Amino acid sequence: MKIKRIGVAAIALAAAGALTLAGCSSSNEPTAPAGDSTAIITTNGSEPQNPLIPTNTNETGGGKILDSIFAGLVYYDGEGAPHNDMAESIETDDAQTYTITIKDGQTFTNGEDVTAESFVKAWNYGAALDNAQLSSYFFDSIEGFSYDENVDELSGLEVVDDKTFTVTLKQPESDFPLRLGYSAFFPLPEAAWEDLDAFGENPIGNGPYMLDGEGAWKHNERIDLVVNEDYQGDRQAVNGGLSIIFYATQDAAYADLQGGNLDVLDAIPDSALSTFQDEFGDRSVTQGAAIFQSFVVPDRLAHFGGEEGKLRRAAISHAINREEVTDVIFSGTRTPAHDFTSPVIDGYSEDIPGSEVLEYDPELAKELWAEADAISPWEGSFQIGYNADGGHQGWVDAVTNQIKNELGIDASGAPYPTFAEFRTAITDRAIETGFRTGWQADYPSLSNFLGPIYVTGAGSNDGDYSNPEFDALINEGLSETEVEAGIEKFQQAQEILFEDLPAIPLWYSTVNGAWGEQVENVQFGWNSVPLYYEVTKSE
Amino acid sequence: MAGYIARRLLQAIPVLLGTTFLIYFMVFAMPGDPVVALFGDKTPPPQVLEAVRERYNLDQPFIVQYLLFLAGIFQGDFGVSFSGQPVSEILAETFPVTLRLAILAVLIEMVFGIAIGLVSGLRKGGIFDASFLVVSLILISLPVFVVAFVAQYVFGIQLGWFRTTVGPGAPIQDLILPAIVLATISFAQIVRLTRASVIDTGGQDFVRTAASKGLSRRRIVPVHILRNSLIPVVTYLAVDFGVLMVGATVTEGIFNVPGVGRTLYQAIIRGEGPTVVSFVTVMVLIYLVINLLVDLLYAVLDPRIRYAK
Repeated sequence: MKIKRIGVAAIALAAAGALTLAGCSSSNEPTAPAGDSTAIITTNGSEPQNPLIPTNTNETGGGKILDSIFAGLVYYDGEGAPHNDMAESIETDDAQTYTITIKDGQTFTNGEDVTAESFVKAWNYGAALDNAQLSSYFFDSIEGFSYDENVDELSGLEVVDDKTFTVTLKQPESDFPLRLGYSAFFPLPEAAWEDLDAFGENPIGNGPYMLDGEGAWKHNERIDLVVNEDYQGDRQAVNGGLSIIFYATQDAAYADLQGGNLDVLDAIPDSALSTFQDEFGDRSVTQGAAIFQSFVVPDRLAHFGGEEGKLRRAAISHAINREEVTDVIFSGTRTPAHDFTSPVIDGYSEDIPGSEVLEYDPELAKELWAEADAISPWEGSFQIGYNADGGHQGWVDAVTNQIKNELGIDASGAPYPTFAEFRTAITDRAIETGFRTGWQADYPSLSNFLGPIYVTGAGSNDGDYSNPEFDALINEGLSETEVEAGIEKFQQAQEILFEDLPAIPLWYSTVNGAWGEQVENVQFGWNSVPLYYEVTKSE
Repeated sequence: MAGYIARRLLQAIPVLLGTTFLIYFMVFAMPGDPVVALFGDKTPPPQVLEAVRERYNLDQPFIVQYLLFLAGIFQGDFGVSFSGQPVSEILAETFPVTLRLAILAVLIEMVFGIAIGLVSGLRKGGIFDASFLVVSLILISLPVFVVAFVAQYVFGIQLGWFRTTVGPGAPIQDLILPAIVLATISFAQIVRLTRASVIDTGGQDFVRTAASKGLSRRRIVPVHILRNSLIPVVTYLAVDFGVLMVGATVTEGIFNVPGVGRTLYQAIIRGEGPTVVSFVTVMVLIYLVINLLVDLLYAVLDPRIRYAK
């Protein structure tokens, strides 16, 4: 009972030269719903960390709600393929200047029209440094964006008419349209600007659902959503609404599912991972998620620079038996990595040249380690830093034990008590060991797994990796207007990563979910969130 | 009496100031930057970090942050959580829930604990006494999360007598199961305490005197034995009520009770200084008030105790 989805999503592309995201075909329309169209689906969530403002939400608790109550220019289907939602068309000739037209007759739930202004104002607000929005960096490729001074209006955004605006990027980026389904790019109604704090409490959106009146967000308890009858996009809800209940622990949510108080659960607690498939049978799912796990051994550590470092990283990678750890420690809820991205992403490949370095081969590991020792003899101990509050100890101990046994060196985990402490040490470059890293894609694109992490000087380049060849390939890939050509460049860029191992890939996460007898048509999206609008419930 | 109360309340002021300062300092000194943690495994540009820090005054030195917080409190402003909700509102939402839960739990443990403890004490060494000795020993030795998980599984999932977790608005009927779980631990203590106290009082001269005066047992037991045995039990109950009021983090987590313990736990994890300190401030207040009430209650139970000045 394991469904692993390999990315088969194809981006709809018009003839060469013009990159257009065509509107979705009507075949996507749900068939006549079997369930009660007034039934409310209950599901698990967590208290949003921030006010419900799209540009200030970067975690799943709030993201799940925003995706339901807002509609962006595009949305992603279950496979991660983008389809137009608010957009009539997104056109470009050079992957640098995009002309975006919005469909007629789209409204916010307060009756306001969705216009070009709705997007441009929201993006300008999100990008301005003074507004301290958590997702501001999503706009950094738009012309005019600056990290050094506050910019109220991005020069790259221009309203042409009521329904049309243009976006000019600093450089060609062919996957820009792919990003537009991410919550940071959602529009905001005029009403939001009167009092944004109040708006964040009772947001007015344009998506398939809307808040069930003022105060529908009962803090720390739940949020109640009802169907937005005025929504005209493809994500038409076939149920009557959505109640997202905030749980402090996944165990409590699982108990509620067992007790029949919860319809859909998208996270199985560790304690039930080995039993939930027996208990829920075909009402459960395990499928790939767009989450990549690895650990970084920075160049700056002693014995890990230059040629010696390359050899040692490769040796360590060969010393790890990924199959065994994913089976024993994670009961198969992780799948061994074959690249630096995720199997759910379009263009994913298991056989990129160089990926052999991820194979368990103790003999080769010893050999490579000995070669490195010939350059400069190893001393000291090898450590992997991790945050002790995130359930990482099990695999870190297993992996470091394997390294210790295969390479005959001293290796161990280096726990930090809290996540905040761990991330601060990494951000300040104060960490003097290897350290675990993870990346969850914000939008379904190969480049999202590569650019922000390994390009010289990139935001999340925590290991300070730098390779001009790699940077060039990423740039070339982004300027390709043909998706296939872009993918080819990104895969070539990955070949370089396999040689340098700026991060040592471990495995991909899977999403584990289950649902009750009363609901049907539960499908999990590329980002591991169920497509709630498709769920039917009989009562 | 009034003077005594006034003096106790005045004493509370330095206690409050001291505790808020200490707690604020501890939250501030917690290693790790909460703003960095807001971004998960991703590292935002340093300028974005700086802008977010400024927004929550987190770029100010400790003493400035503390004074800003204190100034706010005196204006009735407890600050704002990361999610933009006024902390005063969070307080107003979570404390009533925990209060209901605590009252229920204390009622359950009080009624059953004192009754069983009294019978055990009066029939010392009998079958009833011996069997409840075993039961209470078992309950004392069980960790609360074991009791909670078992109760949730048996009564919530298998038998379906109770909702597995607490539903919308935290109604009383949903709180009964978590309250029973919370009560079990203290229940055992109260049984032991009441029993010992009843045996002790039962051997006192005034009880023998009452019996030799020809008073009926129905009068001796409640008025002479029970009332005089209650002082240690009341102290224990009050302390327990205080503990429950400041949140039963584990139990609230398992039953998803939107109360103080669960909320405070999340605030600590997120490093939300204002929320943590405001909660603790209110908790200290509750503790002080409950302690005062207990001291006053002693006088009612035992007329020899009087607060003259």
